[in-house]
Amino acid sequence: MEFISQHPVLVVSIVKIAVLLFVVMTALAYLTWLERKVIAHIQARWGPYYVGAHGLLQPLADGLKFLFKEDITPPVSDRLVYTLAPFLALSLALTAIALIPFGPPSVTLLGQPLFVVSNINIGLIFVFAVTSLGVYGVALAGWSSNSKYPLMGGLRSSAQMISYEVSLTISVVGVLLLAGTLDFNSIIEGQSGYYLHFIPRWHIVPQIVGFMCYLTAAIAETNRIPFDLPEAETELVAGFHTEYSSFKFAMFFMAEYANMITVSCLATILFLGGWLSPFPDSWTWQLFIPGAGLLALGIYCAVDTITTMRGIARLQFGVVTMLCLGGAALTLAPAFAALSSSAPAWIATVNTGVQGIFWFTAKITAILFFYIWMRGTLPRFRYDQLMSFGWKLLLPVSLANLVLTSIVVLYLMMKVPG
Amino acid sequence: MNLPLIVFFFFALLAVAGAVMLILAREPVHSALSLILVMAALATLYLLLGAEFIAAVQMIVYAGAVMVLFVFVIMLLNMGLEERTNFSKFAYLGVVGGFVLLLEIGHWLFHSPAAAAVVNGAEPVKAFSTVELSKLLFRSYLFPFEATSILILIAILGALALARKEE
Repeated sequence: MEFISQHPVLVVSIVKIAVLLFVVMTALAYLTWLERKVIAHIQARWGPYYVGAHGLLQPLADGLKFLFKEDITPPVSDRLVYTLAPFLALSLALTAIALIPFGPPSVTLLGQPLFVVSNINIGLIFVFAVTSLGVYGVALAGWSSNSKYPLMGGLRSSAQMISYEVSLTISVVGVLLLAGTLDFNSIIEGQSGYYLHFIPRWHIVPQIVGFMCYLTAAIAETNRIPFDLPEAETELVAGFHTEYSSFKFAMFFMAEYANMITVSCLATILFLGGWLSPFPDSWTWQLFIPGAGLLALGIYCAVDTITTMRGIARLQFGVVTMLCLGGAALTLAPAFAALSSSAPAWIATVNTGVQGIFWFTAKITAILFFYIWMRGTLPRFRYDQLMSFGWKLLLPVSLANLVLTSIVVLYLMMKVPG
Repeated sequence: MNLPLIVFFFFALLAVAGAVMLILAREPVHSALSLILVMAALATLYLLLGAEFIAAVQMIVYAGAVMVLFVFVIMLLNMGLEERTNFSKFAYLGVVGGFVLLLEIGHWLFHSPAAAAVVNGAEPVKAFSTVELSKLLFRSYLFPFEATSILILIAILGALALARKEE
């Protein structure tokens, strides 16, 4: 106990890192499940169904399978770089998430903000610094395999990521001009307030063009359909990771999904108001939205468990039902308590934290769903289309958006001195 | 030995080791990777000096953009192993020059009052914010800044003119 009180930063940081790593790894695993399910339903299929109820244990089975497969290193490969590449890809993808604030900084543990691992005042630039190195994982994997298809995949990927990173960065500068800071917490807090008392003052309203440019460039940066040329199956087998097997392949896979989560978090923070609720504070019923949502999900699961599930699946889905109902109780209790005037201060803090986490997660999930939806909808670009789209359409549009925003910001600054 | 000093020596040694590996490696990609290591180690040293923004820009511009292009070109040309040739006789001049330079830096380290102040920790490192940096760049040093950007533009145009095919 003495050690904890003497080193609050160290202890709290280690706890936060452990929890975040666990949450992110679980989220990655279930993102693959969500993707397979959503795409299956878009294509009128069932998706994973047999491992666990509704295929809920499928990510676990996949993970175990990756662990027990033979790990093959091609004898002609560059051994050092071949091993380094997947580690580089995954560790860089995970580092960026450490800077994301998932909830309001007012919620603290031992005086440390609870919902962000590392809060530095140039958070945005740092995230870009880390993600700009992400291309090495792909490029080096393609080169070190010493094989034709991976090399082509690696080359394509480098060219694509360099091209779209320009648009990605420029589309964000518009938001920075409006916010006037590089700190994530200040950017989010600057988006509080409402137009006409009910439309949230998020940056997406004045920066809708920037938001669209950002989303498009972000999809290209994470090598997803319709920009997944580095791993175009029809031309390149599996692109840069053709030669990879077992857990090294799994690391590339996890890095891709971690990058998806990072860019979704960034979009949420920059354009969608981060952890802020879309409804004004005066509408008190909004406090019950998280609990009500979980309750509805729990009731749906309960009905499904009783009517359709049989045997072991019934038990498994019963656990999911219990989790949903328990979560609903845990989120509804502080919401009710916070409304009564006699509640202690810590209940209000817990309520703020729960609400913040809920809205942040909801927004990320919406963007990730959009990602998956894109994959189920659009065909792949041709390589020359990809390049001309990036340089001849996306870059000029994001530049025009930047110039226009600068002019407006300058005009407003001159109108209101100081 | 306090913690910042340990971190400094670790990353300084890492930078030097990366620089040596850059010269010794025969595989061009290994050389490029060593150079990335040097850049990253230097960025950490900037971070130790409290220059967060410079450190991040070092990572984005050098380790990110410039070196990605290097690696890209090496991969595109699919270069083989570097050939070893006999040392040029003039290389020995470089050894002498380097030695003189080291002596000079050493002399400065031990005799300059400014360096002594830094070594003794008399001047505490204070964080240099992005706002201060941009004030310097866009107010005090606006002309050199703009002149540099025009210089870079000329260099880009020159590269384009050289690379353009004759019609």
